[in-house]
Amino acid sequence: MTAADIVIVALGVVAVGAGVLVVSTRQLVHAALWLVVSFGALAASYVVLAAEFVAWVQVLIYIGAIVVLLLFGIMLTRAPIGRSDDLDSGNRIVALVVAAATAAVLVTTLARGFRDAYFPLKARVGNGSTGAIGASLFRTWVLPFEALSVLLLAALVGAIVLSRSDIGPEAAEEDPEPRERPRPRPAAPLVRRRKRNTDDEDTIVLARIDEDV
Amino acid sequence: MHLIYPVVIAALLFSVGVYGVLARRNAILVLMSVELMLNAVNLNLVVFDMRWADRLHGGQVLTLFVIVLAAAEVGLGLALVLLIYRNRRTVDVDRLRTLGEHEQEGARQ
Amino acid sequence: MIVLAAVAVLLPFAAAFIGMIFGHTISHLLTPLARRLRRAAPGASAGRARGLARRLPANGPALVAVLPIAASTVLTAVIAVAQWQDPKARTGTLTLVQTGGVPFGVGLDVDGLSAVVALMVCCVALAVQIYSVAYMRDDPRYSSYAAFISLFTAAMLLVVLSGDLLVLYVGWEVMGVCSYFLIGHYWHDRATSRAAVKAFLVTRLGDVGFLFGIFVLGMGAHSFNLRTVLAHAPTMSHTTIVAGTLLLLCGVAGKSAQFPLHTWLPDAMAGPTPVSALIHAATMVAAGIYVVARLYPAFLSAPDSLAVLGVIAAISMLGAALAALAQEDLKRVLAYSTISQLAYMAGGLAVGTRDGALFHLLAHGAFKALLFLGAGCVIVAVGSTMLGAMGGLRIAMPVTFWSMTAGFAALAGLPPASGFFSKDTILSQAWHTAQRQGEGSAAVAQQAHGIPAWTGWLVLIVGLVTATVTAAYATRTWLVAFFGERRSPANVREAPGLMRWPVAALAVPALVLGFLGLGSDHLRPEPGMAVVSLLFVLAGGGGVFLVWNRDPAQDPVRLLGPVRPLLLDGFRVDAVYGVLVVRPVLALARLVVRADERVVDAAVEGTGRGARGLGGVLRRTENGNPQTYISGVLAGVVIIVLAVVVLT
Repeated sequence: MTAADIVIVALGVVAVGAGVLVVSTRQLVHAALWLVVSFGALAASYVVLAAEFVAWVQVLIYIGAIVVLLLFGIMLTRAPIGRSDDLDSGNRIVALVVAAATAAVLVTTLARGFRDAYFPLKARVGNGSTGAIGASLFRTWVLPFEALSVLLLAALVGAIVLSRSDIGPEAAEEDPEPRERPRPRPAAPLVRRRKRNTDDEDTIVLARIDEDV
Repeated sequence: MHLIYPVVIAALLFSVGVYGVLARRNAILVLMSVELMLNAVNLNLVVFDMRWADRLHGGQVLTLFVIVLAAAEVGLGLALVLLIYRNRRTVDVDRLRTLGEHEQEGARQ
Repeated sequence: MIVLAAVAVLLPFAAAFIGMIFGHTISHLLTPLARRLRRAAPGASAGRARGLARRLPANGPALVAVLPIAASTVLTAVIAVAQWQDPKARTGTLTLVQTGGVPFGVGLDVDGLSAVVALMVCCVALAVQIYSVAYMRDDPRYSSYAAFISLFTAAMLLVVLSGDLLVLYVGWEVMGVCSYFLIGHYWHDRATSRAAVKAFLVTRLGDVGFLFGIFVLGMGAHSFNLRTVLAHAPTMSHTTIVAGTLLLLCGVAGKSAQFPLHTWLPDAMAGPTPVSALIHAATMVAAGIYVVARLYPAFLSAPDSLAVLGVIAAISMLGAALAALAQEDLKRVLAYSTISQLAYMAGGLAVGTRDGALFHLLAHGAFKALLFLGAGCVIVAVGSTMLGAMGGLRIAMPVTFWSMTAGFAALAGLPPASGFFSKDTILSQAWHTAQRQGEGSAAVAQQAHGIPAWTGWLVLIVGLVTATVTAAYATRTWLVAFFGERRSPANVREAPGLMRWPVAALAVPALVLGFLGLGSDHLRPEPGMAVVSLLFVLAGGGGVFLVWNRDPAQDPVRLLGPVRPLLLDGFRVDAVYGVLVVRPVLALARLVVRADERVVDAAVEGTGRGARGLGGVLRRTENGNPQTYISGVLAGVVIIVLAVVVLT
């Protein structure tokens, strides 16, 4: 075993261990944080594997953006902060069996296939440098790259459209006042909409969070 | 570098992600588990890219693409989760049963 | 001769179909002719008879009913005379039908017995058809009624004249069907239609045994031809002949209304009275007796069957006579009386005198038809069939009164009416059989037979007692209906001409037929037995007369007291059958229906329910939880991968 192997194994242990904690911890926010640990270990693995650019993109995007998004989601859905006992569904046993089976099958297959596979890592240094990746990205892979940017735009637009509460069928449950009751206001619907906007989830949530704290 | 170590790690990480997708009750936790699975895939891609010394760096580029897609997916996924929360007051996956046969039970719970 | 016989059978048959289909058309066609006749008739004499006669030429169904049967009567008379002058058996076969087993032939067989019975059938049928023209004048369905009577006559003639057992059975069954239709003529009344069904079912029950008896005898003789069967009768094995004749007795008991299949006859009085006269007095019920007489050599080879017949006859004789005594409905009195008289004929056959039984059959045909038709006149005049509504009718209806007196005298067995002679012949033979003597009248010596002596004693003693009871109920009915004070409405008149004259015409053979038998050895009464039976008769009739004389306003039968309801119900045999037969059959039917619902239907519905249940079980996997679905998918993938990895 080379030094690189040892480091990879150690980082892998960290990553898998953090992953296990993500899927088993009883605290929701801790799960997100353990996810950060897992991603970080993976980024370090990428560095060991001479893919620096990918490592930093991992840190930037995954840890910097995605986990933050997940944390925002946790906040906006008023997830319980602190211990909650009902984070695991009744499907646990079946899930454990399936996951164990998946692990067994995959590990066995891969181990049997790549038992003696070896490649000289030292020779690969530089293959993952920013220059190399950038050149490849903007020459060979430029078309998928542009397509991806359009896709990101579409995702962005879609996310905004989905999140807007003032278009589409209005949810009657979370509006405490029924629509039929006349409001004592000389208001046009626009006023109501604005009022709804001020009653928006975000404001309330933030206020609530202040209360909890 | 013996390939077997990172590859097995990726497999294990993937299985952990599978468990999380199937066993967690909160929708956001499910999304987190999906991210775990995608990361396992990414590790695999990078390892093999290095193994073959791909002149086109296909593995790493694909890793970047997967990261981008994961970001897009989490964004949209969270938008959906928020919409569900707004409509159903819960993000408990066990309670979202309108796909099932006895719809009134899903709506009641 | 055979051709004449065939024509005599076919004429009423054709009349039935033509009358049914074209009856009204003929009426329409003849109406102009009738109008011309009416205009040509002198004066406006408003007699009912004149009116009827004026209407007659335009009554299509009536013409189709009466004319063919009149022609058949003439033909059978010719045949009878020819047979009398030249007695030999004449047969003729139309075709031989191959059945793959024993063939049967469609043909007729005319001998002395069949010729004279055919003549009786035609005469009574003619009288009934003429009578019905007036009786059913106001009935809108007269054409179908007349057609069925014609069809029935054709069937009876087929039974009488047939030369083959299966052809006889065909006529037998057609008679049964016509009887059902005719009894149920007033089918709007629920009780009447039920009575028709009852008659049909009870006779049908006997007919099953009858058919199997025919099969047994036919197989035993390897032919269904009557003469062949009779020729083979002494050579058949004892079991065969006894079984065959006993099974035939089932049909005889059914058709001739003997115990235990007699219950249908009193209820069959729900049909029109001319139907009762034809079918249930003179012809159909006599068919059973006729068949036994026709196959008498076969029965003589199986004396055990004759002993059984004797027991049946004894029970029916006395039971029916006692029941007749207590009845309140005139037609039911006559119905039970028919059962009793038929039992006399059966008893005569049982003790060995075929000629005596047939003599009584002919006499009974005449006087019972007379009594029924006369009863019809009385019923039409009074408006009710109950004896309680009649009384004192002898002044208002003289022709009917005197004819019915002759009939009742014949029924009771008073000389010089025919009933006396015929009954006496039977009782004499019973005495001789009881004595087991070879000497006595020469007739007995010729009829050597193995009939046991106790049969003779039974028929003799029961016959004498029944004679007393018969005289009693005949006298009672005669007195209550025609004497005493009038209990009916005031405008009672004699019946119309077409009804009166057949009744009067039938009184002639009722009185005279007995003397025609004096020429034959078999049919001459013996002095000793004659005196004894006359004493019994006078005792019965005289007793009733004395009771009545003390209080003419009251029914003499009231003296029966508490026994009367039992006798009125016919010894509750119907109730017994209800418990023994009807209820179990209905319970079985209900069980079958329930089994069909619970087992068959349930099995069919169960497949549906089972499929739904299975579907429900499978539907449990659709619980709406995506994690369940994904678990299922991944588990499936893992299994497939494992399978691929392991198996390759």
